[in-house]
Amino acid sequence: MNLKITVNGTTYERDLDPRLALVDFLRDDLGLAGTHIGCEQGVCGACTVLVDGTSVLSCLMLAIQAEGSEVSTVESLASGSELHPLQEAFWEKQGLQCGFCTPGMLMRAMEILDHNPRPTADEVREAIAGNLCRCTGYQFIIESILDAADRMMDDPVEGALRQGLKVGTI
Amino acid sequence: MTVPAVRDHSKETTWVGKSIRRIEDPKFLRGKGGYIADRVLPGMLHVALVKSPYAHARITSVDVESARQVPGVVVIVTGAEAAELCDRLPDFGPDPSKHTWRVLAHEKVRYVGEGVVAVVAESRYIAEDAASLVYVDYEELPPIVDPEEALKPGSPLVHEALGSNVAYERTFVFGDVDAAFAAADVVVEDRLYWGRSGSQPIEPVGAIASYDTGSGQMTIWENSLSFTSYLFMLAGTLKIPSNRLDVHPVPAGGSFGSKLWAVKPAAIAGMLSKLTGRPVMYMEDRHDALANNDHSGSDRIFYVKLGLTRDGVLTGIKLHAIEDYGAYIQFGVGHHGNALAQVTGPYRISAVEYGLQAVLTNKNQQGAYRGFGSEVNNWMLERMVDLAARELGMDRREIRRKNFIRPEEFPYFIPTGNVYDSGDYEPVLDKALEMAGWDTWQAEKARLRTEGRYIGLGLVSCQERSVFSATEFWFWFDEPGAPVTSMPESVTLDVDALGNITATLYSCAFWGNSPETMTAQLVAEEFDVDPAMVSVVYAGTGQGLPATGPGGSRFTVMIAGAVEGASRKIKDKAFRIAGHLLEASVDDLEWNDGGIQVKGSPGIRKTLGEVAIMAHLFKHALPDDIESGLEASHVYDHPYTTMPSPDRKDLGVFYPFMGHACHVCVVEVDPETGKVDFLDYVAVHDCGTMVNPRSLEGHMIGGTAQGIGSALLEEFVYDESGNFQSGNLLNYQIPTSMDVPHVKCGHYETPSPYTPYGIKGGGEGGRMMAPGAIFSAIDDALDAFGVRMRHLPATPERIVEAIEEAQR
Repeated sequence: MNLKITVNGTTYERDLDPRLALVDFLRDDLGLAGTHIGCEQGVCGACTVLVDGTSVLSCLMLAIQAEGSEVSTVESLASGSELHPLQEAFWEKQGLQCGFCTPGMLMRAMEILDHNPRPTADEVREAIAGNLCRCTGYQFIIESILDAADRMMDDPVEGALRQGLKVGTI
Repeated sequence: MTVPAVRDHSKETTWVGKSIRRIEDPKFLRGKGGYIADRVLPGMLHVALVKSPYAHARITSVDVESARQVPGVVVIVTGAEAAELCDRLPDFGPDPSKHTWRVLAHEKVRYVGEGVVAVVAESRYIAEDAASLVYVDYEELPPIVDPEEALKPGSPLVHEALGSNVAYERTFVFGDVDAAFAAADVVVEDRLYWGRSGSQPIEPVGAIASYDTGSGQMTIWENSLSFTSYLFMLAGTLKIPSNRLDVHPVPAGGSFGSKLWAVKPAAIAGMLSKLTGRPVMYMEDRHDALANNDHSGSDRIFYVKLGLTRDGVLTGIKLHAIEDYGAYIQFGVGHHGNALAQVTGPYRISAVEYGLQAVLTNKNQQGAYRGFGSEVNNWMLERMVDLAARELGMDRREIRRKNFIRPEEFPYFIPTGNVYDSGDYEPVLDKALEMAGWDTWQAEKARLRTEGRYIGLGLVSCQERSVFSATEFWFWFDEPGAPVTSMPESVTLDVDALGNITATLYSCAFWGNSPETMTAQLVAEEFDVDPAMVSVVYAGTGQGLPATGPGGSRFTVMIAGAVEGASRKIKDKAFRIAGHLLEASVDDLEWNDGGIQVKGSPGIRKTLGEVAIMAHLFKHALPDDIESGLEASHVYDHPYTTMPSPDRKDLGVFYPFMGHACHVCVVEVDPETGKVDFLDYVAVHDCGTMVNPRSLEGHMIGGTAQGIGSALLEEFVYDESGNFQSGNLLNYQIPTSMDVPHVKCGHYETPSPYTPYGIKGGGEGGRMMAPGAIFSAIDDALDAFGVRMRHLPATPERIVEAIEEAQR
């Protein structure tokens, strides 16, 4: 089947096996190996990507279901040599150990901060409950996301966008 | 070997002890970790396994014809064919010829999930399609599930060649057990059961093999490389010369033990690459990881007696452990060596009787999981100390305090012969109690009880052994087959012409621990450079020096010794070069701030870079016997091993660097539902000198979360027919963010007298402490009912049952 999809700002057209999972399309067809496969059972969250701004388990979604969508993966976060403030926060707070859940966790964190730019620790804890991490016990991940919220508010462009577009609407 | 020299740790450090950002992290944050599944070789094939649906059955026929017809299928290998293509898998068990473990099951299947047939195809999708078309006929055999039933005469046998289901049994006596129990006024006894869990990192095990038919060279990339000195055994399995095998480490998405020496995926990939002449990837999926990864954690029944005087002095312990090893026993009973390293905990218990029966059943076999069996002993001992306190009406804090080894008694030899190098336990307890606000919570418990709420406080004081030596693999036997004594770690440091330093590691890649950051901080400390400027790379075993890798919290201590040795060699050469250039005697030089200077004359100096460019490019400006280049390797052997006595009443020193911790937690238990909620959690650890406190805390908190999983949530369940009930992450519940508390971390440092900087291992402690603290807290919360929890995990169902039982 034909698929037209935009991933990290680039539009692709492909003829695909209809049963191909979105995660396999991203990894194998587009070479975006940052989205990881942890369980293929829809439980662990390692394969989390954003589809039209909403977090999705890409092991449970067929690639063709993303027809016409805009998909964002972990590879979209850094620009060139510059890490995204969220990535900087995870680095500073050691919000990762093995790094395997990290791309999914980062994409979920993008969604969390998009909806709630100033979350509390408890709100973050609850919001990441669908993403399993076996290394950290989550504590430094929560600290990282809270630190990222500060950094993103302090970033003039990100902050202005968030203040204007999000905080005002809450 | 004699006792190593006591080191001087008085020198101030610059980088050791600093919470720098990890140098590994940027690539992982970008999604560029380069894990095994991210690697693609031209023409690479993929594998799916056909797995046994039965716990115990004879394979009567295998029909692969339909599967072969699927377009894209390249080859299909049955267990019988695999037994021809490969020798048996490497096995450190008691008698591998009688409990033989193979790449694929041959003749019999011995657990649900065991691999029976391997299907190789152009893609994993095709391989899985074809695997579903392989038809295997089985003749069911009676399953062996309950280890105590398996011991009875007439039980069906997992391995007929063994003649029973007991792979190993022996009772060890350390110290004068009769006298210890004669001195006891009271003996408390119990039956305790620690159920089976496993580490289940988010990334399963995988390997890519590429066999060059022309040269006979086998190259394997795997996320499970360790014990590189023993990889000739894998070459034996694959029937290739040991010097034609080159295994390359790949970053792992977590291990916690499950990737320690996990060679089966590499053997499967290697066998199939050799057969097809093409690169082959075998990647476990989650069901493989749960059912078939050979790394279940301990599964142990205890019958324990603890002797004590009326005033609470612990005199001796007698225990009999029945361990359900599953269908194979790849690491022998090493899990009990870990227990024997610290069997008496932080207490002055003078005598130990330790009986062990290692039983084989129709379950996936045990491997390594954070603690390697010592965490089970910690839980048992703390359960018994709590029982003793209850029996005597003593405070749980005071009975521990009373029995602690005193700081002036170190180095302290426990009855098994192992040494505790250093420690100071009472301040750790005090700090944890203070951080938790024990008395405040006690008052809160009483107040909330009047509101009908059940709050409990728990505590444990436990050991965290680190840095094993090889003797623990064989002291079990009077006539061991291979009494090996080497357990090294190695590094090469290369200072290039501009003075930039590269460190080459030889065991693992990266398991979520921080080998690059640890190495970089240690190199930075030696050479006064920024750790971020140190490059760390991993060698394949084909170019490898002897190495062991992570396990038993050994890596940081061992790499510190290797870096220290290699640095000394480089500095020795650099001093000679600098002495020549400065026209000064080497004895008149000193290292200072990244260079070599004339003592007391900071202006007369050469930086490391200035020396390095001479060493690399100006050979003939130097004395004749100085070779070009500035690099050195160092193999650091285990620093403190002594041999077991022939009668095995003294096992010698085999796990000498003894960490310690106190965990205090506060829980609320709902007696109606059995639900446990955390109200507070404090972990104070003494891991000797810390290299990177932030990364250590990451391990403490993450380990605690795993301990919470083991204590409350996680269990590999086999029903009475041996059917595996835990084949996905919904049924096997690893903790989510909502299942774990915020952990308050505290540190106390008693440096090891015998290691560089005084470092002890610290990677496993969280999981080794948490279960005991949680059980202590649940009992305390339900003290009004007289509950005592004996079965781990304490699921809501078991808690409700325990309340009902206590009320009967």
